[in-house]
Amino acid sequence: MAQTSVGDCYQCGKCSAGCPMAEHMDLLPNQLVRLVQMERLDRALRCEAIWKCVSCMTCSTRCPKSVDCAGVLDALRQLAVERGIAAPERRRTVLFQQAFLDNIRRNGRLCELELIGVFKTKAFLADRNIPLLMKDALLAPQLIKRGKFHLRGERVRDRGIVERIFAKCQAPLAASPPAAVASNNSHPT
Amino acid sequence: MDIGYYPGCALHGSSNDYGSSVRACLAALGVGLRELDDWICCGATAAHSLNHLLALALPARNLAIAQRDGLTDLLAPCPMCSMELLKAHAALASSAEYRRKVSEIVELDVQGTTQVLNLIQVLQRVGLETIKEKMVRPLAAFRPACYYGCLLTRPAKTLQFDDCEQPTSMESILRELGAEPVEWNLKTECCGAGMTLADEDTVLELSHKILGNAAEHGANCMVVACPMCHVNLDMKQPDVDRRYGCHHDLVVYYLSDLVGLALGLDERTLGIDRHFVAKQ
Repeated sequence: MAQTSVGDCYQCGKCSAGCPMAEHMDLLPNQLVRLVQMERLDRALRCEAIWKCVSCMTCSTRCPKSVDCAGVLDALRQLAVERGIAAPERRRTVLFQQAFLDNIRRNGRLCELELIGVFKTKAFLADRNIPLLMKDALLAPQLIKRGKFHLRGERVRDRGIVERIFAKCQAPLAASPPAAVASNNSHPT
Repeated sequence: MDIGYYPGCALHGSSNDYGSSVRACLAALGVGLRELDDWICCGATAAHSLNHLLALALPARNLAIAQRDGLTDLLAPCPMCSMELLKAHAALASSAEYRRKVSEIVELDVQGTTQVLNLIQVLQRVGLETIKEKMVRPLAAFRPACYYGCLLTRPAKTLQFDDCEQPTSMESILRELGAEPVEWNLKTECCGAGMTLADEDTVLELSHKILGNAAEHGANCMVVACPMCHVNLDMKQPDVDRRYGCHHDLVVYYLSDLVGLALGLDERTLGIDRHFVAKQ
């Protein structure tokens, strides 16, 4: 992400042509890169497209100018959350990722059941969507039958080091904007 | 041959069938796995989406443990884990200053000298000739669609594995074992990966396209080397069928399942009985 130079994009559109989610996007990946070039972050952060991206890296891989388009979208999502711009129904992805990291911070390894519980609760509190809360409940017996369901997840022995790594990585982060956007020298107010 | 082993959270959790499969298959090929001591999660998509430095530090801690314990090669059968480990590996190679900074964060010296391998690379290292010599049951009647998804080959600069647009490494192994892999269109398209919980609609749509294209091209099963691809194509296949009113009926094997079957291992040992879609 740090090597991304958004300025190199010459709008060939190859990123959008190969994007598996393009048909569901209100702004295409090449248009998002253009908005970042023009320092129009206000528009870029409010679109739905950044939440449709599945981080498959096809865009970044095919870009003839080596622009890390997927990294740009990562950075836009991060900014949208930091600035509280993302609408609640667009925030399920972020809620999931936050619950995921929180889980790792406490256990060192992923405890799936705990992750599902925390994510479902937080997502429900955000959007009050009962069908989404109940979905997957029927999956539990199927997983138990297959021995794929673990009530207690694994935890690492040295949880102190995990906690310290998180603390050290989070401290300087609040002060600096994501690299992909920063590298274009865009500082919108 | 003994190598380091980083199972990652999925293989110790709901994708434990892949864990059984990898262990059984490689043991039959004489590859011993030394599991990384007290390994931690690689951070996956969540870390690289939310915190750039953390996304490098978590895998770097694992590379540091491997270095401390003298493991020069590290198998990470989950492509998400191996990609994150390789990204950390590349970042560590950038400067001595950076290596110092990261070593300080992970509280262990880390130079990034450990070589990270995916499952296909370990099988290639064993060698097609050796695998073929140990074959007791050719994979006749298997016409798999080999599905690579995103992270086995992308981003190409970091992974430097196979051809990111037209990979053929799984086909080469399976053809040698008597299977007839089909030519099809979507072997590197995304299945929605880790969006299974956060955005199921996307996963069902993408998985439906992938399964449908494989069947149209004559496949009678799928082969993957990724726990997330397996969840979306296997566990979610009944949901795909319901949503789109179809019956894909495609068993989704891990690469190590099919190699294991050719080596004479049974379905239970390989964890195939834990899949959702079963052979008719």
